[in-house]
Amino acid sequence: MSAPMFNRHGIWAIYRFEMARALRTLLQSLVTPVITTSLYFVVFGSAIGSRMTGMGNVPYGAFIVPGLVMLSLFTQSLFNASFGIFFPKFTGTIYEMLSAPVSPFEIVTGYVGAAATKSIALGLVILACASLFVPIHILHPFWMVAFLVLVALAFSLFGFIIGIWAKNFEQIQSIPMLVITPLTFLGGAFYSVDMLPQPWRTVTLFNPIVYLISGFRWSFYGKADVPVGLSLLLTLGFCALCLAVIAWIFRTGYRLKS
Amino acid sequence: MVPPVISIRNLSKVYAGGDEALRDVSLDIARGEIFALLGPNGAGKTTLISIVCGIVTPTRGTVVADGHDIVRDYRAARRKIGLVPQELHTDAFETVLATVRFSRGLFGRPPDDGFVETLLKDLSLWDRRASKMMELSGGMKRRVMIAKALSHEPDILFLDEPTAGVDVELRRDMWALVRRLRDSGVTIILTTHYIEEAQEMADRVGVISKGALILVEEKKALMRKLGKKQLTLNLAEPMLRVPPELADWHLALNADGQELLYVFDANEERTGIPSLLRRMSDLGIAFKDLHTRESSLEDIFVGLVSTRSGQ
Ligand SMILES: Nc1ncnc2c1ncn2[C@@H]1O[C@H](COP(=O)(O)OP(=O)(O)O)[C@@H](O)[C@H]1O
Ligand SMILES: [Mg+2]
Repeated sequence: MSAPMFNRHGIWAIYRFEMARALRTLLQSLVTPVITTSLYFVVFGSAIGSRMTGMGNVPYGAFIVPGLVMLSLFTQSLFNASFGIFFPKFTGTIYEMLSAPVSPFEIVTGYVGAAATKSIALGLVILACASLFVPIHILHPFWMVAFLVLVALAFSLFGFIIGIWAKNFEQIQSIPMLVITPLTFLGGAFYSVDMLPQPWRTVTLFNPIVYLISGFRWSFYGKADVPVGLSLLLTLGFCALCLAVIAWIFRTGYRLKS
Repeated sequence: MVPPVISIRNLSKVYAGGDEALRDVSLDIARGEIFALLGPNGAGKTTLISIVCGIVTPTRGTVVADGHDIVRDYRAARRKIGLVPQELHTDAFETVLATVRFSRGLFGRPPDDGFVETLLKDLSLWDRRASKMMELSGGMKRRVMIAKALSHEPDILFLDEPTAGVDVELRRDMWALVRRLRDSGVTIILTTHYIEEAQEMADRVGVISKGALILVEEKKALMRKLGKKQLTLNLAEPMLRVPPELADWHLALNADGQELLYVFDANEERTGIPSLLRRMSDLGIAFKDLHTRESSLEDIFVGLVSTRSGQ
C-alpha cells in the first residue's frame, strides 16, 4: 500500500479540531467583539461622529465600519492562529502532530484555515451588527470579500508564527496589544489620512496597516487613501513573507523540534 | 532472511545544549517481535524513539521503517508507526471518542466508526467514550493514548515506559494488552527501566546506557549466556563468619549467619558445588536445606554496567 501524496484527512482533522474548540466557546468568541464594536458605534458613530466632517459624503458612523471590521480581523486572526498552535506546544500534544504523516503545508492549511474561517465569520457578524446602526453600502462586493479573506489569511499566518515563537501566554498577547492595535488606531481606522497635517501624513504612509484599511474601505465607498493596487500588493506581499518564515520554521524545526 | 521492520544505522544525537544523548546506535528490529529497550533514566531511550517517530531531528545516522526512510519518505514511514509517549499529554476538554477520531484523521485514515468502536471496546474505554480527558484517571488516560496510537492501524508500535508509575494490576493488564497486540501482528518496541518488565515481556532486549547500545540479545540467550545461578544453603547451626577453609568459593553469609550463599556459573563444566559440599561435610558443617535460583536481568544489568565502567 503506497501512501497518498496528500493527507486531506489530516488537514480536515486539524481544521475540525480547531473549529470545535471555537464552537465550545462560541458565546465568548462572539459576544465580546460584538459588544466592543457596538460601543465604538455608540461613542464614535453617534456621540462624536455628528461633529466629524471631511469624510466626503459618507457619514462618519459608516466611514469607520471597514476600519472596525479590519481591527477585529487583525486581532482575532492573530489570536486564533497563535493560540491554536501554541496550545498543543504548551500541553505537549504537539508530539502527535510532529509524528504524523502531515506535511508542514498541511499543518498550516489546517490551523490557518480554521483561524481565518473564524475571524472572517466574526468580521461578517460585526458587519451585520454595524448595519443595524448605520447605512452600509458595498460598492465592490468581490473586492470586499477578497480583502477580507486575504487579510484574514495574512494575519492568521502571522499569528501562526507568533504561536510557534511564543514561550508563554504573555508573548501571545503582546504582539496584538503592543503592535497591531496601536498601528490600527494610527492607521486611519477612524479618520482619513488626508485629514492629517504634514509631516504626519507622510509618516503615516510607512504604517502598513494604512494600506490594508484603505483598500478595504475602498471596496465599500470607492474612496481610498492610497492606490488600491498598492493595498492589494502589500496584502499579498505580507502573506508571502509569512509563508517564507513558516517554511523556514519547518525546515529548521525552530521551537518545534529539538 | 526477512528484512527488519526497522533498521537504525549509526544514529547519534547531540542536543542544542550539548548533551550527547545517543552515540552511534545501530539496531535492527525484526517484524512481529517485542523488543525491550532497557536502561536507566537519561540513557537515551526516549531520544531514540523520538527520532524514529520524527519528533527529534538526528544529528547523524539514518532510520528505515518498513522500507521507508523516515526523513525522505516520512509520509509512508509514519503511517506505519504508532507512538505512546512517556508523558500523558492530552487535550483536557476533548472527549475520548473525539480525540481518537482526530488521531485517525491526522494519520491520513478515512473515518471508520466501526473500527474505532472495536478499538475502544478492546481497551475497555467504550463506556467512557463521551468523557472528557480531564475526567479520566491516569490509567485510563494511558489507555486513551494507546487507542490514539493504534487508531490508524499501525504495524509498529512504540511504547515509551508504558508502565511507569502504574500500579501492579494495571501493569499486568498492560502486559496482556501488549501480548494481544503482538499476536495480532504488530511489532512492539517498548522502553523500560524495570528489568522485570523486559524479562516478562520481551523477545529481545537491548541495553542502553549513556547513549550507547551496549548489548542486544535474545532474552533467553542473554539469561543463559550471562546467567549466574545462586546456591543457598540453610545451615543447621548459625555461624559467625565463613571458615577460612571455604575461602576458595567466595561464600557470603546471610540471614544472621543462617544461610551460606554461593554464586556460580551454570554454564561451566565445573560448578564447584560437589567439591564445596564435600569440603563442608569434611568440616562437619551441616545444612537443613538447599536451593538454587537463576539470576534476574537485574543482576545481569548491574554486572554489565559495572564491568563496562570498570574498563
Ligand atoms: N529536549 C532536550 N534537550 C536537551 N537535552 C535533552 C532533551 N531531551 C533529553 N535530553 C537529554 O538527553 C539525555 C537522554 O534523555 P532521554 O532520551 O530522555 O533518556 P531516557 O528516556 O532514557 O530517560 C538526558 O541526558 C537528557 O537530559
Ligand atoms: Mg524516557
